[in-house]
Amino acid sequence: MSAPAMPEKVAVVTPVKSGAFGFRHYLICLKGVVIRECLRFLHQRERFISSLVRPLVWLFIFAAGFRQVLGVSIIPPYKTYVLYEVYITPGLCGMILLFSGMQSSLSMVYDREMGNMRILLVSPFPRWYLLLSKMLAGVSVSIAQVYAFLIVAWFWGVNAPPLGYLFVLPALFMSGMMLCALGMLLSSMIKQLENFAGIMNFVIFPGYFASPALYPLWRIQEASPLLYKLCLANPFTYAVELIRFAFYGQVDWVSLGVVAGCTLLFLGGAIVAYDPSRGLITRKQGAGGNG
Amino acid sequence: MQRRACVLAILATGTMAGPASAYTAYVSNEKDNTMTVVDTATMQVVKTVDVGQRPRGITISHDGKFIYLCASDDNTIQIIDTATLQVVGTLPSGDDPELFVLSPDGKTLYVANENDNLVTAIDVDSKEVKTEIPVGVEPEGMAVSPDGKTMVNTSETTSMAHFIDTGSHDVTDNVLVDTRPRFAAFKPDGSQVWVSAEVGGTVSVIDNAKRQVVKKIKFAIPGLRAETIQPVGIAISADGKKAYVALGPANHVAVINTETYEVEKYILVGQRVWHLDFTPDQKTLITTNGNSNDITFIDTATDEPVQSVTVGQQPWGVAISPN
Repeated sequence: MSAPAMPEKVAVVTPVKSGAFGFRHYLICLKGVVIRECLRFLHQRERFISSLVRPLVWLFIFAAGFRQVLGVSIIPPYKTYVLYEVYITPGLCGMILLFSGMQSSLSMVYDREMGNMRILLVSPFPRWYLLLSKMLAGVSVSIAQVYAFLIVAWFWGVNAPPLGYLFVLPALFMSGMMLCALGMLLSSMIKQLENFAGIMNFVIFPGYFASPALYPLWRIQEASPLLYKLCLANPFTYAVELIRFAFYGQVDWVSLGVVAGCTLLFLGGAIVAYDPSRGLITRKQGAGGNG
Repeated sequence: MQRRACVLAILATGTMAGPASAYTAYVSNEKDNTMTVVDTATMQVVKTVDVGQRPRGITISHDGKFIYLCASDDNTIQIIDTATLQVVGTLPSGDDPELFVLSPDGKTLYVANENDNLVTAIDVDSKEVKTEIPVGVEPEGMAVSPDGKTMVNTSETTSMAHFIDTGSHDVTDNVLVDTRPRFAAFKPDGSQVWVSAEVGGTVSVIDNAKRQVVKKIKFAIPGLRAETIQPVGIAISADGKKAYVALGPANHVAVINTETYEVEKYILVGQRVWHLDFTPDQKTLITTNGNSNDITFIDTATDEPVQSVTVGQQPWGVAISPN
């Protein structure tokens, strides 16, 4: 099946009259969106490889180089000393979700520029549902990438408790949803594909580095109390900690609360922003004239 | 339904796994003059008691009733009752006692006197010095064979392992090892003595019958400079199959196959790991980490570190109750 054929799948649901949708119709719509996202991911082999290579470079090279420099003290959920590779693995899972979430948002901008989004938006399903389906599709792809990374990391000697790989799934899902929702909200504000570089510089990098993904926050606190506060205000911090604790079968309730709250906030924002009658997208379209 | 039960069973196994038997570990803290009492089942500190100055070498009587503790700066060995944790007496150790070993019959304590270049044999019951044996410069490591007939002392500056006949108290053999030997341990069958050399960075395996070095074990941890690898404490499993060597500032414990002499694994523990000891059931190994002020519990079945527990300042030695 080729990628261009996919919009037809979504279009199949368009004849259904509004208000007459059953659960099955919703599922068909979701299936269409998810399969399209998965196929797009699989057909872009470079994207798959690069999504795997990026965290592996950090694990193999960066972690090896900094193993001795950044000794990590015992902080929960760890009960004893861990190698730096073990410490940054949850952060690298978060990195995959972050990049993937942003990539989904990139694809929304692309869809809008190419006109594919119109096909999605003319579907009679409520817009919130379409966006949610799009997010679920994005998260499914992200989680597949995380597990591919964890398999390679396992052979590199980074082993979490066996059950941790199961416990981490809901944490990955929640964090993925939050980051996808954030990406969705941001994509509604971008006029053109070229502006995505701004997202890289202003969202991805600051979000990633101002978090406990690569170093514990007490080290940042030692360096700068202000930076520490910024890290605490960063939702990605809580996504990483939620994943880290989940690997050891524990729930970090503060992180869970923050991630759930931010997901609702960003999703709400994205739904409003993508509403052509009153959202940001209207203004952008009026100004930019794309889509 | 069955599948759910299976998942629950796996979860239960995962959460309930832990050390089976409860023993008490006693840790000497060199810098704050205390001894920490730790429950090995809960891995928690039970109590911290004040002891003499600069407590280092620590061992326990075979019946578990008394702890013998080198109070180096007080030039004495303190006897501590394990029931009350009170100091109930002292032994005349000579100057600056650092390490000692209790004979298999529990009657004689052999003490290394670092400043006097002597090994002192003390009768535990009468609390009197039986004899003093001149050895090399800066004696430290002490070990006694399982049959109690041979005692080994290592002298740091002379870089030798001195074999002493416990009957005649004569030095019968001297074996040259690498620089600054700090610890000696007999294999449980008495066939070999393992001696660690702190500066040399090696462990020499000496055949007890031939009194010759039959193997030198070297260590290499990826990413660590060779000079940070300083072997000190050695613990050999009761079945004689595995030896664990504390590598000091390398912050790792090496696991060695005693048949092939290959290092099978390096276990990450706290900073400046100094000494280590098994629980009597051999399921857990406890290391003292001097610079990070903690001890690490290692599961000997998997050779994975399980938990690190903060104790006093600069933990030096550890002794575990036999029951």
